[in-house]
Amino acid sequence: MSEVTYLEALRQGLWEEMERDDRVFLIGEDIGRYGGAFKVTDGFLERFGDSRVIDTPISEAAIVGASAGAAHMGFRPVAEMQFIDFISCAYDILTNYVATARYRAGLSTPIVVRGPSGGFVRGGPFHSQMPEAAFFHTPGLKLVCPATARDAKGLIKAAIRDEDPVIYFEHKFLYRRIKEDLPEGEEILTPIGKANIVREGSDLTIVTWSAMLWKCLEAAEQIEQLDGASVEVLDLRTLLPMDEDAIVTSVKKTNKVLIVHEDTRTGGVAGEITSRINERAFEWLDGPIMRVTAHDTPLPYSPPLEDFVLPQTGDVVKAARWLLQY
Amino acid sequence: MSHGEGAATASAIPAGLSREQLLEIYYYLRLTRTLEDRLVNLYRQGKVIGGLYRSLGQEGESVASAYTLKSGDVMSPLIRNLGSMLVRGAKPVEILRQYMAKGTSPTHGREMNVHFNDLELGYLGQISHLGDMVPVMAGIALSFKMRGEPRVGLVYVGDGATSAGAFHEGINLAAVLRVPLVVIVEHNGYAYSTPTAQQTAVKRLAHKALAYGIPGHMVDGNDVVAVYEITKQLVERARDGGGVSLLEVVTYRRKGHAEHDDQRYQPKDEIDSWERNDPVDRYVNRVTGEGWISTEELAELDARVSDELAAAVAECEHDSLPEGDTALPSVYAHPTEAERLWFRRLDV
Repeated sequence: MSEVTYLEALRQGLWEEMERDDRVFLIGEDIGRYGGAFKVTDGFLERFGDSRVIDTPISEAAIVGASAGAAHMGFRPVAEMQFIDFISCAYDILTNYVATARYRAGLSTPIVVRGPSGGFVRGGPFHSQMPEAAFFHTPGLKLVCPATARDAKGLIKAAIRDEDPVIYFEHKFLYRRIKEDLPEGEEILTPIGKANIVREGSDLTIVTWSAMLWKCLEAAEQIEQLDGASVEVLDLRTLLPMDEDAIVTSVKKTNKVLIVHEDTRTGGVAGEITSRINERAFEWLDGPIMRVTAHDTPLPYSPPLEDFVLPQTGDVVKAARWLLQY
Repeated sequence: MSHGEGAATASAIPAGLSREQLLEIYYYLRLTRTLEDRLVNLYRQGKVIGGLYRSLGQEGESVASAYTLKSGDVMSPLIRNLGSMLVRGAKPVEILRQYMAKGTSPTHGREMNVHFNDLELGYLGQISHLGDMVPVMAGIALSFKMRGEPRVGLVYVGDGATSAGAFHEGINLAAVLRVPLVVIVEHNGYAYSTPTAQQTAVKRLAHKALAYGIPGHMVDGNDVVAVYEITKQLVERARDGGGVSLLEVVTYRRKGHAEHDDQRYQPKDEIDSWERNDPVDRYVNRVTGEGWISTEELAELDARVSDELAAAVAECEHDSLPEGDTALPSVYAHPTEAERLWFRRLDV
């Protein structure tokens, strides 16, 4: 066992897949000679050479489009968005070209588009986004959001091996803040589409993913201390395809559910989860389905502003206690 | 192709073309034009579902440019590259089924007209977002380069698509990576109703190549042999490691954007003057005038095309449309069981 950070786990996953399969290559801005803005791909150029670690112009649409073309021809490209905020520049190619390719034309497009996502880092409106909802609405894509070092590794490896296009939202707040003992010499693969019960409980289910997992675990601990209530925390890990059964099973056990995500509220993924619970487990509910999300604003820069807009542990505690008393 | 009895050859056939190839090119020109005529009939009978996009006046450059490609090369056509698709091996019956939304069509009714692909034959299905195929084809050409394969990509865009961001990003990336790609800009005068002068302030679309550090060429798009000759040079240059080039093919869209379009924005005398410059007529005049091919040989091919298309229409005209629930599968490689919407499961 050795203790590795979330970033190192991701790096190991990429490295192992590059070693395992010579169809895998990396493409993106400043990923080669510089090793990436966060150094996720540091050392890859030296090991794998410039035909498999390709530095590009500032062209997100071309990076994703070229990845798709190479994928049609049998390669397994991993495209980096320097910050996931810039994936919006490739929105057209991803949603219109990549996501439809198998359906409309029988074309296999096994690409991974990954990038540093999320806030809590004082990055301002254009280096802090969590644009999951923008792609959640697109059939044909898969979306994964690892919250742990183990899943950072397991999901990048699973995403690279997947036959379909996967967007991998890695949380930059977690990069160097969380560590985990991972076994050496053992293959770690996290199945895409499977949620994980991180904390078992019986009085309330919190459904969450990505960095919010850690705030929810903190909240669950506080609630237990305060009220003796038992809170289950479900880490979705994959948003598309969604592990609906895991959500419904947990809701049927606890009868109350709180959904927590970092993205903004209106049109956020919580709305869809709410609807599915409503369709499949309405009669099991002992209270309204509640959500804790960011406020509906662009994400501001200054610490008091960012802290106010993003959901914090205290917000989760408050909403959960209200629901427990309902 | 059958060898005709050799007419007295007045001059050597240019561009390394053989008589057999000249005949084959003519076959595809005629096949394209006549297939579109058949589609017009089917459209008027209400059998074509949705729009019909004609390439009248552009068949020459479509056929001639695609004819330069070899087995293993991949091209991405546009809506007006029916001729290129046929050259690469798409079958008229497939085109007819696509236009009539049949369940038997290559896309099983999921996509329309020439939006389908066969990577074995070497054509990639386009999407409607103009310019997007340039980065995708850059990636396909990149795969050739990475594997060291002597294969070439060719992508068609129109004058309008050169204004789109994806065109710029794609051609720039391809140029920087020096991948084997030829970008053909079909300059046919209009993007829907927008004339080129309102599309771009450059005088010649070939000049755009300067900004990418790649060669830019221009050719009379209604001169079939000239289009073949220059495209061949650029394709072989790419194959030999020379990288990306851009070819502006100057032609004219004699029909509207689609069949419903009344072309009110296209001056009548402009259309007429281009009709006198028809690529098929010019080709026929040249190959017969030079004594390379006889009119009898061309007439034989006309008859063959006519028979083949009659058979193709008969083969598919009465095919069924797809069943509604065939719309569900294969969004993903291994889909979870398709969940019917809850209201479709209600037992009331």
